[in-house]
Order: sequence, then C-alpha cells, then structure tokens
Amino acid sequence: MTAGVGKGRGGGRECERGAERGAPEPGSAMAFDLPALGGGAHHALINVLCLTILLMSGLQIFNAHPALYWGNLSDFDHPILALTSDQPANGSPKGVTTLFGHRIETTGVLGLSRDSNGQAWARGFPSWATLPGEQSLAEGRLWHFFFAWIFVINGAVYILAGLASGHLRRDLIPSWHDLRRIGRTAWDHLLFRFPKGDEARRYNVLQQLAYLLVIVAFLPVIVLAGLTMSPRMDAAFPLLVTVFDGRQSARTVHFILAWALVAFVLVHVFMVIVSGVWNNLRSMLTGRYAIEDAKHEAE
Amino acid sequence: MALIAERVAGATGTLGTLLLGGCDRLSDDPTVQRMLGSATRLTRVVQRLIGGTQPLAPEYTEADLSPHFKSNGTSDPDDDDYQELAANGFTDWRLQVDGLVRNPTKLSLSDLRAMPSRTQITRHDCVEGWSCIGKWKGVPLAEVMQQAEPQPSARYAVFHCADPMENGNPNTKYYESIDLHEAVHPQTILAYEMNDKTLPVAHGAPVRLRVERQLGYKMAKYVMRIELVADYAHLGDGKGGYWEDQGYAWYAGI
Repeated sequence: MTAGVGKGRGGGRECERGAERGAPEPGSAMAFDLPALGGGAHHALINVLCLTILLMSGLQIFNAHPALYWGNLSDFDHPILALTSDQPANGSPKGVTTLFGHRIETTGVLGLSRDSNGQAWARGFPSWATLPGEQSLAEGRLWHFFFAWIFVINGAVYILAGLASGHLRRDLIPSWHDLRRIGRTAWDHLLFRFPKGDEARRYNVLQQLAYLLVIVAFLPVIVLAGLTMSPRMDAAFPLLVTVFDGRQSARTVHFILAWALVAFVLVHVFMVIVSGVWNNLRSMLTGRYAIEDAKHEAE
Repeated sequence: MALIAERVAGATGTLGTLLLGGCDRLSDDPTVQRMLGSATRLTRVVQRLIGGTQPLAPEYTEADLSPHFKSNGTSDPDDDDYQELAANGFTDWRLQVDGLVRNPTKLSLSDLRAMPSRTQITRHDCVEGWSCIGKWKGVPLAEVMQQAEPQPSARYAVFHCADPMENGNPNTKYYESIDLHEAVHPQTILAYEMNDKTLPVAHGAPVRLRVERQLGYKMAKYVMRIELVADYAHLGDGKGGYWEDQGYAWYAGI
C-alpha cells in the first residue's frame, strides 16, 4: 500500500534523465521516475491483497466473540465494545452495538444482519464483510495466518530494501523546512490545491508523515499486537503482554489499528483520485508522472 | 435510519457476495485449506525456534483472578457413566494410562493428590478471543508419564474424555492430543483444583488438562484415559483432536 504511491523523489538525476526521454506535452513536462525499489507497484498490490484478506478474515475471527476489553482478562459484563443481538418480548430481533455502555441500534449491519439468501443472523459484522462469508472461525484463522505471513515477509523485504536503497530516508523523512510549513501545506490540501512543478515530484510533508506513521507505527504495532494474542509468543516474550497492558488490550489495539489502516486507505485513495487519478495510476504502473509547469500556473 | 443502513448494507452485500462467492468456494476446497494450513505449521516451527525450547507461560497473582471464569464447551457431560462417577464424588474414577508404555497404570484421585503438585495462576485464552485468569493445582503430566514409563516410540499423549460431543459418530466423546515436548513442560498439569477448591464439574471434574502455552481447546476436560501413541492417524478423523477434526489447527500456540 505504502510503496505504490506513484510519485517519489527517486533521485533528481533520474527525474531529469526521464524528462529528457519523455515527450513533453504542451504546458507540462513528462517526468520519468523509476518506481521506488523498482517494483513498488507489485509490493503495493501484494499489500492491498494481504490487507483486504487480513481485514475480512480478521472480522470473521472477531465475530467468534464480538466484544473488546482492556487488560488481561475479559470482563464479560463490561466490554469496551460489543456487537450483540436483542430479542424484544414483542417484535423482531435487533442488532445492538454497545460502546462504553452506550447502546445504539445497528440492525442490518452490526449485531444482526442478513446473509445473501436474506436470512437474518446474530453476528458481529455482516456476512459481506467477512471471509469466509458464513460463520467459520476455523477457516477465518487459516486465511488470516497464511496471509499474515505473506504480509510480514513482503513488508520486511520492502523495509530492508527501502533502507538499503535510501528510499525511506530520502523520500519519507521530512525536512525541517517542510515541517515548519506544515500548517500551510495542510491548508492547501484542505482547499484541494496540490503542488505543481518540482514540488510535485516528491512526497509532500503530509504524505511523508502519513506514510511514516503507517510504516513505523501502525504496521509494526498491529503485527506485534496480533502476536501478543498468541499464548506461545507470550511465553517466549512476556514483555509483549506488559507493553500492551494485557492480551485483551492487545486484541483491542489490533482491532483499532485495523480500522485506522482502513481509514488511511480510504483517505489515500481519495487523494489519489482528487489529485489526478490517471496521472497517479500511470506513475504507479509505469513510473511516468506528468508535472504541470509551476510558471504556467502562476500566469 | 436503521432501515436505510439495512438497504445500503443489502446492496453492498449483493456486490460483496458476487466478489466473494469465489473466495468462499476457495475456502471450502480441501487443497486450499491444506495450503492455508501450512502457515500454521510454519508458525509452530518458528515459534519453537525463536522462543527457546521450554519458556514458561506468564503467571499472575491472586489479584488478577477472573471474578467469573467462563465455562466453555461441555459444562455437564450428558453421560450416565460420568454422572454416576460424579454422584459418588469420583471415588470410583480411575485415570487409565496406557498405549506405548511399559507400565500401564490406573490412578485414583487420591493417588494423583499424593503425587508432587504444582500450583499456578495462569491466563486461559480461548480460540474465540476471550481470556480468563484462574488458579490451578494439579500433578505435572510428566510425573504421571514417568510412572507409566513411555516406550521410545511414543510421540504424542492422547486424552480420551467423558463428555459426548455433537459432531462425529453418536458415540464420539471429546479427544485431544499434544506432543511429548508439550507434555513434559513444567506447567502442563492434570488439574484437580481450581481457585483453591475441588475442580467443579463445569470446568472438567475430576481432572482437566492445563497446557498453558496453547489455546483452550487443547486443555481437555473430564479426562478418563491418557494413551501414548506414535501418531494420531487413527484418532477420530486423523487430525489429532475433536476440534481439529472440525477444521481447527492441531497447533494452537497462536
């Protein structure tokens, strides 16, 4: 996900060389920017596939006990979050979401939902959000652990290659100059004013911080929180349990980060679309990214 | 509001079903399941390599005990023989230890209580995701096995239990297996006490297994017989345990 973000600075020389090779269009220059790691797109595709399967099989696993707690043990009467169903004395059953003791009716989506045949089931997340669609903790676990391995191996290769090539340091660590102008950049983004000219060749400071947050925080922590749920890991590395303040807390952190990643992907895809969807997609797949002339814009 | 949400969910659901019908079919395919299951075997090897051989599961204090320890699976075996044993306070109960051993034995509850014991406050992790903390006292399985003198060909300890189960043939009772590596771990005990009281029926009386580095379904309740075997191919459907035969992984360390 993080690797295939189309444009990267990619080293000034490559950009210039690319610009010479690419046929310039009127009012724009064609930049040739090798995808980071020479395979960013394929890393990204593996990541998108893994994260989708991990999310959906994860929701399947969550459905086996659709409640979250803090600490080491499950205080069944006081969950942080619970997706349950209610059968009123007279009337049809309802889906109920309880968050910190507040009950919200969520019939049809959370707590109680219909499968593709129209039959209503008491289940945390609906059948269209889980893998497999029907309730099967055993199969959900098979999918989850298989793709967790692929995701971790793919991520480790990306990070090691990114460190070796300097991509992570060069493209993702924001400069002091950029950090000082972060307010201005944020304001520009809110107005959908995107960088032009040389500025568009590189990740802007908001992108850098978002990607850094995902790469050095969200992804490693979600993996560690997942591993903390493994009793064998906790025996080998009891520190894991201490760091997360208990196994149930680790489960809650794992759940929250999964949705934080979903939010990241949604914002990411939104920005790809509003900042020029074809240009971005082309740059991801081919490395070519058209740059609008900054001077042209100024006129 | 809820109605609109339901409509939207329905529409998304139809789309999702089209996309995911393929995944569901894959999920039911035995070859795909074997491929996906290979990841758990990898997990087992890696967890043993990086975690040293026999680290102890974390132990807790009295203050951490669950006020209500959930009873999962069977809570009162629907079996006449078992009910008769329970009515007599399990004085007639004998733990049979046999299979690939030189010295097959039958042990009463007082025999077990006379053997060395271990007390531990540990976290019970269910495959469903919840955890409870309980205090267990029992005899290390290693002591019981030592007395029976395992033969060199023994590789697994199989637990035959008293509780009848829904799936399988009508006479199916709970069964589970662990390897000898796990069987001789210091925290692997046959518990006869829970939270300083005689083990209640809801939690597996007279004796339940504690395998603290694995999930709850490995910790057989109502243990009647321990059989040492070279492999578990002939046990149930051959996957090594009741839940394993329903599709769960034999290795439950994750």
